[in-house]
Amino acid sequence: MNQHAFFQWALMALILVLVGCAGTSETVPTQEPVDVVDPTAGGAETGAIVGGSSLSRRQYGPDAPPGSPLAQRAIYFDYDAATVKAEYRPVAEAHGTYLSENPRIRVVLEGNADERGTREYNIALGERRAHAVRRIMLYQGAQPEQIQVVSYGEERPVSAGSGDSAWAQNRRVEIVYAGEE
Amino acid sequence: MKRWIRAVSLMAVAWVISSPGQAELTIRITQGTEAALPIVVLPLAWTGQGQGTPPPEDVAAIIRSDLARSGRFRPLIEWPETPSTVDQVRYPVWRATGADSLVLGQVRPAAGGQYEVDVQLLDVFQGTRLERYTNLVGADELRDVAHYYSDLIYQRLTGEPGLFDSQIAYITQQQEADGPRYALMVADSDGERPKRALRSYAPIMSPAWSPDGNRLAYVTFEADRAEVYVQDLAGQRQVISSFPGINGAPVWSPDGRRLALTLSKDGNPEIYLVDVSTRQLRRLTQNSAIDTEPAWLPDGSGLVFTSDRGGSPQLYQMPVRGGVAERLTFDGEYNAGATVSPDGRKIAMVHRTNGDYRIAVLDRDTRLLTVLTRGRLDESPSFAPNGSMILYAAKSGGVDVLEAVSVDGGFRQQLQLDQGQVREPAWSPLRKR
Repeated sequence: MNQHAFFQWALMALILVLVGCAGTSETVPTQEPVDVVDPTAGGAETGAIVGGSSLSRRQYGPDAPPGSPLAQRAIYFDYDAATVKAEYRPVAEAHGTYLSENPRIRVVLEGNADERGTREYNIALGERRAHAVRRIMLYQGAQPEQIQVVSYGEERPVSAGSGDSAWAQNRRVEIVYAGEE
Repeated sequence: MKRWIRAVSLMAVAWVISSPGQAELTIRITQGTEAALPIVVLPLAWTGQGQGTPPPEDVAAIIRSDLARSGRFRPLIEWPETPSTVDQVRYPVWRATGADSLVLGQVRPAAGGQYEVDVQLLDVFQGTRLERYTNLVGADELRDVAHYYSDLIYQRLTGEPGLFDSQIAYITQQQEADGPRYALMVADSDGERPKRALRSYAPIMSPAWSPDGNRLAYVTFEADRAEVYVQDLAGQRQVISSFPGINGAPVWSPDGRRLALTLSKDGNPEIYLVDVSTRQLRRLTQNSAIDTEPAWLPDGSGLVFTSDRGGSPQLYQMPVRGGVAERLTFDGEYNAGATVSPDGRKIAMVHRTNGDYRIAVLDRDTRLLTVLTRGRLDESPSFAPNGSMILYAAKSGGVDVLEAVSVDGGFRQQLQLDQGQVREPAWSPLRKR
């Protein structure tokens, strides 16, 4: 390769990189970006970091008037309880109906707990809460394959404090739409 | 009895073991014990003046702080003279210090940049030498040999196995501009030489040591759902369990072949056994309640686990072959997260009392429950390899820290990161030497 050809090649490469960057910044990812995990590179001191940054999450789902049940994306629970309270039932029902009417739409129910008690028991408790919401959605006609359940237990609090109000905010199921396939 | 008062006040003056480096744990003794044995650990003489590099680690200082952290010894911090061989020792001088035991020795230069560490343990009152330990080690093994000798001294003087030649795994969380970073860390038992085994944008949970101390099982959410991985200390890792729903609470069988863990793939959380090499699964519990947090009995015959089948979380025990689960805890409305002591006689757990979550120990013979800690949100108990202490997670001033308490409750320490949160400690078995 002579010098001229090399510079042409380098310029092309640079343009491609820039176009690539501009393109991705405008493209809305349909899924949370997840770093490719090399099973052999998960090790110490490599500097590799796994998983996707939670701030890159994007909200999908129905456009609903603020204040309507469909606009609410979280359902809150009492301590050590997994019963959907009467005040939150319309929220679960509205999303269940929406899913039923939009069978290609998928949702993840993220169960959460407050920080009290053991971490793995709280994972189980968060899942029980998410399943309680899921059952209501299924009654409304949503299909099982539309709803995925993940429990984060006490690992992803929305309020970092220790106290009744922080705990009440953290005992929740979040309804996270994955966008249409 | 003035002697023990002096001991307690001396110990309460924050025995700080710190060194440069990020995310390193600083250990502070917060409560001493009257039963600590007075001991002098003299600086080891370096005999290599003019030949070779002086040792980069202070072996005697490491032994001294190990023994202090055990709660069983009170290393004196002043001494009248500094002999480095037995023939230089004038026993009457040492009897006057009140020390029961004297540790002294030398570090000598050896071929290939190595060091010959020579440590002797003397009985001050008998005026005799009890033990002599020598090893040829590289510069990067000086800390290891120091912990090893701490254990040998501990065992020789207390009659019980030591605990320092071991590691602790723990989870850290640091806040960055774009969100939290989680890490699975492995450090020496004194918090030194921390190494990052895994770094993630997503939560990491429930680290568990294999019985040979070479591998860790843990839960990671890096794929936006729970999975169980097994990773060796070189960083090689593999997925063990990635079913829909919960993949959680892994713990190694005493023979290291299986993990007990929690899966909810069949609808609700149940305890399973998985063969680590074949991935073959066996379901142990069949119950519509939550069954989770398995803990092995050290003989491998059974498991203790948490279940809310009786209406509130309590501990149950069942044979590993399956069968009837027997309820173990009856004090209070919340007993969860069990771990069994290495000798199988005690079960540590999280116990709620007056709204506070504390570490309690159940004696398996007497069935008596003793609350050991004083926090509001204490959790994740882990026994030292000799069962003498329990390391656990606590909150201090709104920050997640680690604390340790002797199983008799008499001796306490706190382990805090210079920045960020630390939780879910897991104390490894002793290294095989």
